[in-house]
Amino acid sequence: MDAVVRELSYAQAIQEAMAIAMDMDERVFLMGEDIGVYGGAFQVTGDLVERYGSDRVIDTPISELGGAGVAVGAAVTGMRPIFEFQFSDFATLGMEQIVNQAAKMRFMLGGEVSVPLVMRFPAGSGTGAAAQHSQSLEAWLGHVPGLKVIQPATPHDAKGMLLAAVADPDPVMIFEHKLLYKMKGHVPEGHYTVPIGKAEIRREGRDLTIVATSIMVQKALDAAAVLEGEGIDIEVIDLRTIRPLDRQAVIDSVKKTSRLLCVYEAVKTLGIGAEVSALVAESEAFDYLDAPIVRLGGAETPIPYNPDLEKATVPQVPDIITAARDLVKGVR
Amino acid sequence: MAGASKAVMDSRANLPFVYRQYSPEQLREVLHKMYLIRRFEEGAEECYMRGLIHGTMHLSIGQEASAMGICMPLAEDDQITSTHRGHGHCIAKGAEVSRMFAEFFGKTTGYCKGRGGSMHIADVAKGNLGANGIVAGGIPIAVGAALSAKRMKTGKVVVSFFGDGANNEGAFHEALNMAAIWKLPVIFVCENNGYGMSTSTARSTAVKNIAERAAAYSMPGVIVNGNIFSEVAEASFKAVERARAGEGPTLIESKTYRHRGHSKSDRNRYRTKEEIEDWMANRDPIALFETELRDFGFIDDQGIQAIRDAVAKEIADGIEFAKASPAPDIAALADYVYTEHA
Repeated sequence: MDAVVRELSYAQAIQEAMAIAMDMDERVFLMGEDIGVYGGAFQVTGDLVERYGSDRVIDTPISELGGAGVAVGAAVTGMRPIFEFQFSDFATLGMEQIVNQAAKMRFMLGGEVSVPLVMRFPAGSGTGAAAQHSQSLEAWLGHVPGLKVIQPATPHDAKGMLLAAVADPDPVMIFEHKLLYKMKGHVPEGHYTVPIGKAEIRREGRDLTIVATSIMVQKALDAAAVLEGEGIDIEVIDLRTIRPLDRQAVIDSVKKTSRLLCVYEAVKTLGIGAEVSALVAESEAFDYLDAPIVRLGGAETPIPYNPDLEKATVPQVPDIITAARDLVKGVR
Repeated sequence: MAGASKAVMDSRANLPFVYRQYSPEQLREVLHKMYLIRRFEEGAEECYMRGLIHGTMHLSIGQEASAMGICMPLAEDDQITSTHRGHGHCIAKGAEVSRMFAEFFGKTTGYCKGRGGSMHIADVAKGNLGANGIVAGGIPIAVGAALSAKRMKTGKVVVSFFGDGANNEGAFHEALNMAAIWKLPVIFVCENNGYGMSTSTARSTAVKNIAERAAAYSMPGVIVNGNIFSEVAEASFKAVERARAGEGPTLIESKTYRHRGHSKSDRNRYRTKEEIEDWMANRDPIALFETELRDFGFIDDQGIQAIRDAVAKEIADGIEFAKASPAPDIAALADYVYTEHA
């Protein structure tokens, strides 16, 4: 038994996962902008270039479309690339290769190839980087059959899900919230995987289900801790994967609590909250609902620069507390 | 190449490169394949007109020497990425017309099991990583395949076919730059048929020759007459040697012409009948190659007729195979979206 539980930051957990993946499989390599000696814009790759060399930790030119395409081409011809977009916003520049090529190649070719590609997307607001470096675009990619899209919310899952992604024969898109990079938590040593497509109950409760993604999981847990003092017992589900969605986990929880609150950072409309709400409405859990489903998502605006405005664009703990309390107490 | 005796070689000393490099049998096979491409596309077009094939198709009739010339020096495990106008590339890289017809008919025996059709025709076993519906979509993928070849030291060379339209896409420029800085074994082949759909290169492209773009990426830029097989094959041979030697990429501009419209919706309003007829009558790549082969004594009229007859039978058999093949099961719709875990 470990006397001391080993803790790593979320960023360190990802770095450790990439190192383990490269140790285990010669075909694994990293590509991205400034991931070499610079260590990555968020120091996720860190000193990996010193340990694995510039042939396996490849600095690309600032060419997101071409770089993404090179990663696709390497993946279909036997390599296992892990491609880092410097900011998830830059996925917009690589969408052609992600959506038209990586996602569809296996299907278009009748199963003759697989695309074992991992792409990492530092995402989300809260860094003062304004409208073009703060978006949450995971639902865009979640809309595309052929892709798998995950949002690990803890250091433990960041490592285990990345290792699952590297082992997966299909393209896996990993959205990492930038504010989580410094979050510390228990991370087991060595190789382990956390399955893609399985949600996790972070807190059990009877009165309300909160389905949250990424950084909103911790905020939901903070809100639940406050409401516990008011006698409100909240269940928090960490969705972890948005494609394929763990429908059963949501349905089972709502059948138990009879109330659903979806909390996510991306723009509220046409997002993951709509999908989760609809899957409950279409399932047997609908008959168990005692209150309308509520979504808390990002504002219908770009992310602003001013820090107070920036905070106001995404759900914060007090917003979750208010919404959860109103839902349980029947306040409309 | 083996097969040619010294006496034969001496007698060929003054002939163009390919006639010295390849055996008469190999060159007659090239003519066979060029006819196969032409007749395949004519057959596909006819089946489309008769309603046997749905969707659309982009025919490369008139560009056969380009596909065959580029693929001539490639080994079976060398790889290509292709375009929406990719039937010729597919056949040149070794595909069977029967399975191509089956794909066009949407049948399970097709190369993509009926999921891809004309625009995504592929033959991965023969190194064809697929045609692509996105202009320039295959260019960065080819660079990635070349990165794999270099990293895994397979010795493979990758060819990326694309059209003149692709040279104005960002992916073209990003891909050429990366191939150059990493000295990858890839050959960029621009089949310039003069028009990106309806827009001529003169109206769309700032440089007179697309090969000039190579200078921006410090690689050789070579212009060939894409309708003369021997010219194309010689340029490809040199580029393949350079790539295999680890000296990096080459951009080949193969100037050619498509006899048919862009796709089945084309009313040919952007070019004149005279222009089309001039290319068909005076610069048909199959006629040019056939004449050379005959003039140099590599084939006679009887040999040409034998090739035409053999191709006619292959096409008829291929269409019959496609017609007789089973259609996909509707219940299998979601197959191949993800890799099924064993």
